[in-house]
Amino acid sequence: MNTALQRLYFALFGLFLSLPLIVVAGVSVNEKQNLAFPPQGFSLSWYGEIFANPEWRSALVASVVLAALSAALAVVIALPLAWFLWRREARWANIFQLLGIAPFTLPPVITALGLLTFWATTGFYGQPATAVVSHAIFFVTLPLVTLSLGFSAIDRSLVEAAATMGADDRTVFRTVVLPLILPYLVSGYAFAFVLSLNEYIVAYMTVGFTMETLPIKIFNALRYGYTPTMASVTILFVAIAAIVFSLVARFGDLPKLLGAMSTRD
Amino acid sequence: MRREPPQKFSDYGPLLFPAGMLIVFFVVPFTTMIAVSFFRRNPAGFYSPDFVFDNYARFLSLFFGKVLGFSLGLAVAVAVCCVVLALPFTYLLARSKRRTQVFWLVALLSVLSLSEVIIGFAWSTLFSRTAGITNLLVTLGLMQEAVALNPSFGAVLTAMVYQALPYTVLVLYPALVRLDPTLTEAARTLGASPLKAFFTVVVPALRNTIIATLIMVFIFALGSYLLPQILGRPQHWTLSVLITDQAIYQSNMPFAAAMAVFLVLVTLGLVALTVYAGRKGEAA
Amino acid sequence: MSGLTLENVTKQFGSFTAVNNVRLTVPHGTFVCLLGPSGCGKTTLMRMIAGLDLPTSGAIRLDGADITHVPTHKRDLGMVFQSLALFPHLTVGENIAYSLRIRGAGREEQKKRVDELLAMIHLPGYADRPVAKLSGGQRQRVAIARALAISPKLFLLDEPLSALDAKLREAMQVELRQLQQRLGITTIVVTHDQREAMTMADTVVVMNGGEIRQAAPPVEIYRRPADTFVADFIGSTNLLDFTADASGTAAVLGTPVPGLAVPAGLTSGTISVRPEEVRLTAPGEGAIPATVVFVRDLGGTVETFVEAAGRQIVAVSMPHARPDMAVGENVGVRLAPDACVVLKS
Repeated sequence: MNTALQRLYFALFGLFLSLPLIVVAGVSVNEKQNLAFPPQGFSLSWYGEIFANPEWRSALVASVVLAALSAALAVVIALPLAWFLWRREARWANIFQLLGIAPFTLPPVITALGLLTFWATTGFYGQPATAVVSHAIFFVTLPLVTLSLGFSAIDRSLVEAAATMGADDRTVFRTVVLPLILPYLVSGYAFAFVLSLNEYIVAYMTVGFTMETLPIKIFNALRYGYTPTMASVTILFVAIAAIVFSLVARFGDLPKLLGAMSTRD
Repeated sequence: MRREPPQKFSDYGPLLFPAGMLIVFFVVPFTTMIAVSFFRRNPAGFYSPDFVFDNYARFLSLFFGKVLGFSLGLAVAVAVCCVVLALPFTYLLARSKRRTQVFWLVALLSVLSLSEVIIGFAWSTLFSRTAGITNLLVTLGLMQEAVALNPSFGAVLTAMVYQALPYTVLVLYPALVRLDPTLTEAARTLGASPLKAFFTVVVPALRNTIIATLIMVFIFALGSYLLPQILGRPQHWTLSVLITDQAIYQSNMPFAAAMAVFLVLVTLGLVALTVYAGRKGEAA
Repeated sequence: MSGLTLENVTKQFGSFTAVNNVRLTVPHGTFVCLLGPSGCGKTTLMRMIAGLDLPTSGAIRLDGADITHVPTHKRDLGMVFQSLALFPHLTVGENIAYSLRIRGAGREEQKKRVDELLAMIHLPGYADRPVAKLSGGQRQRVAIARALAISPKLFLLDEPLSALDAKLREAMQVELRQLQQRLGITTIVVTHDQREAMTMADTVVVMNGGEIRQAAPPVEIYRRPADTFVADFIGSTNLLDFTADASGTAAVLGTPVPGLAVPAGLTSGTISVRPEEVRLTAPGEGAIPATVVFVRDLGGTVETFVEAAGRQIVAVSMPHARPDMAVGENVGVRLAPDACVVLKS
């Protein structure tokens, strides 16, 4: 296709995707506490504010801890499930695959409301641990998908070869399967981590009144008083996401992870 | 390695933890929610067990009908806009150099992972009078004075398209990467211009993918909860907003649950209908 | 002039030269096979002829007109892809009619032409079948019919038969050649199968390393290969060193071969001798002394491997035309001067 036209199209697409972020980046370097654009003056103090202001700092810590723990739990749930589905012939077990994919596919408000009723009924409502479990269930889809993809890429004769050399199931898993699946495991964790970091509604419904994650903090700030810190946090989050996904692309095969069958150059 | 059925009980070992977690924390909550949707609201606490249809009957009103209609219409509009914008883009992307693909995939994933809050904040800034895009137009001399572009339906739609667009590209991407590139080349050798080849070969060959993508983006857009609140007026609020509002602020869990169940049913129903229509169209 | 002309066509991908300065003339109505090992540039050359790739330099002319920068869809050609590239969402008839539909032909006209073409490829009545339901050979024919629907000026086929099993492939080769002769259409086929090239082509173009090594009729390619690559790539051959003295008398592996003509001024080089041209006799005057190292009796033919002056030579003969020889026996190798082809170094 016409290359100049294609460039223009890609550029417009990129502009649409980056325009809000450009404006927010501009707002984040305002010198005074207002949301002017183009920015008035230049200051990075609003980035310092994320770490200096105890409220923003604790929200940041809460978000990072929540994301780290829930992503880990999601991987711990997804790994044995994906392995079982790959290793064993059991059609009925596919129901769990479906259950693993459903939470992320349904409108999030439904998963959130389900978890809210559950925690309220069982009497754990508002406890921080519930947010970890809720996010793990909500995002289990991501490691499950990447791991299933990873398993399907493993040549089964490798397992047979290891078995002929005397490795039992457990040893095969540790010495052959796990090393091969590791990139998929890491990227599954990365996806879950970044999305959990940004998640609002499930966190809000489960622990919204007892704990403030960064998205909740931003939303509250949106209602009760704008500050350029919101903009600097936004840019920080975009940067984290870009760095994490760049690392995934650097050490893994991103096109393949996202479903391209073979990698062409 | 042959995949073999589990022989001994211990073969089921790996399944125990994941299955337990999913059942306890997804199936049970989901079922609880369905049960609660038949409960009676208790103004003192949350709710008391019962079996009434009041909660369902309540939204068989003009008001909720309008909200539901608006939510579905909005989601359809978002899905159509996204697929129309994303299909040619993804097609070209899938044919680009690997480095170009990786760059765009990282960018798309970064935008996709952005919190709805952040997207809402970013667009509200972009549409605002003080820091918005209109300031840019004023600076360029294209406008007299800056104006606020939100709250408005256009603002809600734009932000939701923004939110769903990376998702759309990523859903389309596998199918387009796998699309045999010689199909378009063959069309060109047979006399079709690149544009004609796109519409006579790529689009029809991907018919089922496009339908599936429309459904996925539709469901994705149905879940949008914050953007209508941040960028829209109350008449632009979706069912997701009302559900949260009832659950959190009105403390009417049974009614919220009933709406959620209804939303699931409507969603599944529409999906089934579309799939059915697609199958039928294919057979004809 | 009528036909296809390639003028110094070069294609570079970054620093890699896929096609290097190719010059070729394909007269109207001829059948040309581009033959070579994978990566030799033959597919890239065909894609440039089709306009799917743009030459880095050089020009492509069709019937005198420069088409180098004419987009593919305006070249009026027909191409069969290795993958066949049949449109999965269209029926057999719709696939064949595609190029007519694109050009705005009426329904009746499309149907008439589709029926004609289906008759031509021996699949009458298949118009409404989905392409997914066809066998490999049938898909092949449909792809050919689709490419020929507009009666193109140029018929291009990229490894068209590689997906078929051996027997069907051989049958299709004959059929394709007969079809081409009947239609008189200028045809270019890319293949790595020399038997296929020999069966079908008027001219075989042997390529290696992005360059044309030899372009000639099949028999000439076999009998008079231009260089060691062609000699070695087409069929099997013995490549032997020779020396020549001032009087022009040549000696192969130290033994003079009377009558072997060597271009003036050449004092040493390589000759190619086909195995069936190597005659084994008892050792004696004028024969290269050799020892039998291995005998492969294939029933129909016998291959005898001998070693002479440290080189291995293969001789092929009919069982009756060959005296019994056992491994370890001393024999003489006799070469007829006109069987020895002096190769370009």
